[in-house]
Amino acid sequence: MILAATLPDNAGYVAAAYLVFFALVLIYLAIMAAKLARLERELGELNELADDLVERRGPAQPDSVGAPREEVAP
Amino acid sequence: MYGTRLRLLSLLTAAVLLAAFALAAFTAPLDADQGFSQKIFYVHVPMAIVALGGFVFGGIMAVQHLRTRDPSYDLKSYVAIHLSVVLGVGVLITGSIWAKAAWGVWFEWREPTLVSFLIVFLLYCTYQPLRFSIEDPDRQARYASVFAITAGAFVPLNFLAVRLADPFIHPRILNTTGGALPIGMKVPFYLGLLGMALLFTTLWKYEMTHKHARAQLRSLRRKLGGETPGPGRSAAPHLHTP
Amino acid sequence: MRSRDAVGALLRKELLLERRVPQVIPGMALFSIVTYVVFRFGLDRTSVEGSLAAGVLWVTLLFAAMLGANRLYVTDHEEGGFDAFLLAPVDRTTLFVAKALSFGLFLVLVEVVAVPAFAVLLLGPGLGLGELWRLVAVLALADVGIAVIGTLVGALAIQTRARDLILPLIALPMLVPVIISAAKATAPVLAASGGGALPGRWIAVLGLYDLVFGLLAYAVFDFLLED
Repeated sequence: MILAATLPDNAGYVAAAYLVFFALVLIYLAIMAAKLARLERELGELNELADDLVERRGPAQPDSVGAPREEVAP
Repeated sequence: MYGTRLRLLSLLTAAVLLAAFALAAFTAPLDADQGFSQKIFYVHVPMAIVALGGFVFGGIMAVQHLRTRDPSYDLKSYVAIHLSVVLGVGVLITGSIWAKAAWGVWFEWREPTLVSFLIVFLLYCTYQPLRFSIEDPDRQARYASVFAITAGAFVPLNFLAVRLADPFIHPRILNTTGGALPIGMKVPFYLGLLGMALLFTTLWKYEMTHKHARAQLRSLRRKLGGETPGPGRSAAPHLHTP
Repeated sequence: MRSRDAVGALLRKELLLERRVPQVIPGMALFSIVTYVVFRFGLDRTSVEGSLAAGVLWVTLLFAAMLGANRLYVTDHEEGGFDAFLLAPVDRTTLFVAKALSFGLFLVLVEVVAVPAFAVLLLGPGLGLGELWRLVAVLALADVGIAVIGTLVGALAIQTRARDLILPLIALPMLVPVIISAAKATAPVLAASGGGALPGRWIAVLGLYDLVFGLLAYAVFDFLLED
């Protein structure tokens, strides 16, 4: 209450404007976080898939581990 | 790889923005006409300038896309425009708040920057629906690029036309930049501008990294023999990785 | 085939189609007149002048143009005109030039009906010869801009699903500078105190707009036609 008395009249508006900015950034971060979680989940599924393949075909050869990495890098 | 230097960029963005807003809050002098509410200027105007820059950058990426047919340019253009639209929402809201604080109305038709920004924003709101309604991905990318180029050229022209349309009645906020801004205001403003530009770049890289990672995931899934769910309809471009 | 001949041939085809089954021009003209009636009741006035008159006239023409632009590519899209054109050994931009010219011509023909109708129905001050010439000058420049944007955005919109909706959504914001300039330029001409001179700066803005977007559309149209 004392703080409100010493701040200039229009402080509410100014605060609101900056809060809108921060809210936008935070909402964006939240969306990104959700997407990241989904990526993590899919990566886990792929890892299980790879495990199945390893069981069926035997341990991966050094070549086949290296090759996909080269192709995928831009 | 898009994720390099992302951490550095994020920290730099945070530092610059904090410095700018701190200076704006504590050391910048009060404006004679508008008093304290003028402080919104330090967040609103940099956002507007960066958003408009983002639209133009999206147009430039679109030109590159049509010239080289490299789909990564299309993605860059899409992300830039998408980010600018998000920033645009912020610009319109903070602009509205500022108009209310300074002039008592929620929107001021005689403020040319706000008006021309509204027009540009409305135009770019059609970008994603346009993309979404074209199913063929190659055609979608091409048409989106044509749109981005035309709309990008429109931004400066529109700004000029709207500015000419209204005689100088209200204090033109943007007029005070460059010209009559005292040094106490100049520093936080330019710092804020730099911070916003850094924010845009950081978020842009974030999205590019994410999209690229998803594309790699899809390709990995294909190689491991898993089912790839069909891409489905989407407004966002797909990166085709082998 | 030389580009000029190609443009001529395409233009003749467009005009022939419209002459055989007149849909677009009568539709746009009728729409304009109906819109005047709507304005009369919407604004609750029986006569307008000055900047209000300019506004009513330009909004009507603009919306009529949006309706017309939607029809530009429909037959080509439905009956394989695009594919047929792509097979022809001509520069693809000739299609743009031909379509823009024909759309511009349609606009002019509609205005031949719509402007006198406006003068009769809603315009307060009369339209003398001097005012008419100035009005025609502004109409000509604005028509170029509307034709260019309408043709370009029409080609963009025809491939989408909600094409009738998307065309105005994209074209109207893009045409805001045209409407600003045209309305500001026309307002003194339609003023009650006798027609004023044309403000030069708005003519300049219209000219600049036509030039920039004409060239841009010309450069970029090719990419819309690929398979």
